Amino acid sequence: MILQVRNISRSFGGLKAVQDVSLSVREGSISALIGPNGAGKTTLFAILSGFIKPDGGSVLFKGKDITGMPPHRICRLGMTRTFQLVQPFAAQTVRENIAVGAHLGIASRKAALAKAEEVARQVGLEEQLHKPAIDLTIAGRKRLELARAIATEPRLLLLDEVLAGLNPQEINEMLPVIRGIRDAGVTVLMIEHVMQAVMSLSEHARVLNNGSLIAEGAPVDIASNPLVIEAYLGHGTAERLRKAMEAAGAA
Amino acid sequence: MLELSILFPALLNGLTMGAVYALIALGLTLIYGVLHIINFAHGAALMMALYGVYYLKDSAGIDPYLALPVVIPVMFAAGYALQRGVIGRASHGKDENILLVTLGISIVLENLALFLFRSDTRTIDTPYTLSTLDIAGAMISLPKVVAFGGALVTAAVLLLIVYGTDLGRAIRACAKERQGAKLVGIDVDHVFAMSFGIGLACLGAAACFLLPAYYVNPTVGNGFVLIAFTVVVLGGMGSFSGALLGGFIIGIVESVGGLWLGESLGQIGIFLIFIAVLLFRPQGLFGAKA
Amino acid sequence: MRSLAAIGVFALLIALVPAMVDSGYLLNAIIMTLYAALLGQAWNILGGFGGLFSFGHAVFFGTGAYAMAVLQVNFGWNAWVALPAAMVLGGAVGGFIGALSFRYGLRGSYFALVTLAFAEVFRVLANTFQFTGAGVGLMVPLKESALNMQFGKTGFLYLILSFLIAAQLVAWWIRHSRFGAWLQAVRDNEESASALGVDVFRVKMLAIVMAGMLMACGGAFYVQYLHYIDPHLAFGASVSVQALMAAIVGGIGSVWGPLVGAAALQLLGELTRNLMGDAPGINLIVYGVVLVLMVNFMPRGIVGLATRWKR
Repeated sequence: MILQVRNISRSFGGLKAVQDVSLSVREGSISALIGPNGAGKTTLFAILSGFIKPDGGSVLFKGKDITGMPPHRICRLGMTRTFQLVQPFAAQTVRENIAVGAHLGIASRKAALAKAEEVARQVGLEEQLHKPAIDLTIAGRKRLELARAIATEPRLLLLDEVLAGLNPQEINEMLPVIRGIRDAGVTVLMIEHVMQAVMSLSEHARVLNNGSLIAEGAPVDIASNPLVIEAYLGHGTAERLRKAMEAAGAA
Repeated sequence: MLELSILFPALLNGLTMGAVYALIALGLTLIYGVLHIINFAHGAALMMALYGVYYLKDSAGIDPYLALPVVIPVMFAAGYALQRGVIGRASHGKDENILLVTLGISIVLENLALFLFRSDTRTIDTPYTLSTLDIAGAMISLPKVVAFGGALVTAAVLLLIVYGTDLGRAIRACAKERQGAKLVGIDVDHVFAMSFGIGLACLGAAACFLLPAYYVNPTVGNGFVLIAFTVVVLGGMGSFSGALLGGFIIGIVESVGGLWLGESLGQIGIFLIFIAVLLFRPQGLFGAKA
Repeated sequence: MRSLAAIGVFALLIALVPAMVDSGYLLNAIIMTLYAALLGQAWNILGGFGGLFSFGHAVFFGTGAYAMAVLQVNFGWNAWVALPAAMVLGGAVGGFIGALSFRYGLRGSYFALVTLAFAEVFRVLANTFQFTGAGVGLMVPLKESALNMQFGKTGFLYLILSFLIAAQLVAWWIRHSRFGAWLQAVRDNEESASALGVDVFRVKMLAIVMAGMLMACGGAFYVQYLHYIDPHLAFGASVSVQALMAAIVGGIGSVWGPLVGAAALQLLGELTRNLMGDAPGINLIVYGVVLVLMVNFMPRGIVGLATRWKR
């Protein structure tokens, strides 16, 4: 298990954002964290990556207790996150943006820029290397967010809704990219609302609601779990999930 | 141990100065609360108002207290124009830019004063300049007592405007939620400029109350800038009651601290308070934790 | 590497100046321009590359200036030994202010105000203590000799040129190094930077220490060149403004911005003097107006405008 989360809790004032969550992530897997808006997914990610300190519980990464460590140290240990609201270094070019990530392991400026170009090709940004990040489309910015994180050469990648806001064609372009990351040996844990992607990419899914983990298992089982569907994802979702499943099955 | 006979007048002095600080800080905190900008030109604007009061007395023989109805509207209009014409345009919505723009304005004003009025320190002479009042055995200069009362009355008027008028409602709406205010049809740019104008009008009043017991030169505003910022951060950015209370605290710290450390070192106390509050409690002593 | 060569060419060009110019007035103007560029670069490293706008760079300048003066006058140190000590002290003051400010996440206007407040604290202290000469200030005796770091105009030109070249090399290094990439990342988005493994606190600390050292170097030069320092000259707002003006007018976050800005402001100053005479304040009124106009119309400065035209 590359990541083990034990009984993590965190409240803001009276709001219990994350309550007693435990989960573990198998090395080399792609797994998903789903749940309705406000379920506490992003808060959980922020705790894992060191941006928020938990009130209780512990996070073990590669067997090491990293609870309460600052974000940059967690990143240096090999866990990198992306942000749901992409946060590019707006004034800098795509290449310079990715190089910031590459610099984690590479001291030389030249080598980091070369690495940035290589990563840009991997995510399909090679045409836009010299554009300022602020000139990218939403899809482009999502790719950039991903590219910067990959450039740090993480062992575990936390992806916070990298597909949100993309159109179906852009999503289809991104799926192989994410699979490629995993095939290169990087474990992926993703928060995702696009169920089609969850179905087609992940072998394991967990459902968070009101801060608590309420179900976990293979996406197919999750999708058919009446508790999940009826109580937490709403009625229409059951239908959507079935369709997505069929689509994934056909593919 | 200090004798009560020295401490008590120092306290009273601190209170009177504190009232003026509070008035200056009220203008600053109003501007901050509504526009979320730090008006670095606040001290320079006060300096200009002081010159206005000085010349009204010196060339037209108008008593500083009678100059109130002239100086306040002029300062208001200047503030309105400054916000609409310069600050609002140049800022591009960035914090640091606004700070730079108001810094630029303060440089211009300060040196304009130097150019127009020379660097001499000037005071005015009124029949009551040297009058004193006996308060429980302590002799306090009469202009300072008037300043104390005047500052409090002006502060009360300001609060009445903010909490009791339609304009005040609009100001508070813009302070809380400028997008929402825009959506319900409030002319936000106008309200911003009004707030800035009122902020400077406070300085106009402060200048009229201050000058009989004080002096003016081109750099007189500098001393007030950091004090006003200290009062504002101490009381919590944007908080009126905080500014009032903060003003008195700083006035007393300055005056009592000066007894122990001498005047120039006494100032250090204020700056250290300023730094400490910014570092450890940026929400102010009385603000809620963010 | 072309940009590094540019620094070499610039150094060579200025080094040739004394051979062609013998007007003391002109030499002084060039010295003051290079000096302003040094202050501007010290501001630029923190404000331009790091996005941390300081309103109180005078605190480093004054520390350097007073260290230089006090060590020579009160302790009899040689100027060449006092210079590195002054720079180290400037860096230490930077480290102290940085440690406090960055530990508590101070940014934007708050950081600007805290630096200003520190400069004021130092000014009051310098005004009070006897070993700094209190309000009277300190006079460094005139003993012209290279051993004392006291030269004629030409010698001072070479001295300030070498200081500025050092500052230019630091800026060049920032532009082309991992540290610089991190510093600019922190400027543009702290959260993202730390998510990518950047130690935000350390990066800012290094930047403010470097800025403090360079600014202290400027202060030390001031004392050597003009032989006198007092609390207002050392810690007053005008030095802070001079430093930030050069950087902002020239273009923040660029290697050449401060120099371009310093030269533009020097020319503007000469022009104002010719057109409007030497009345007190005129020069600074123009500066203030320029600052407002720059922020309004040319936020990337002259260099920014030039690169936009080139594209």
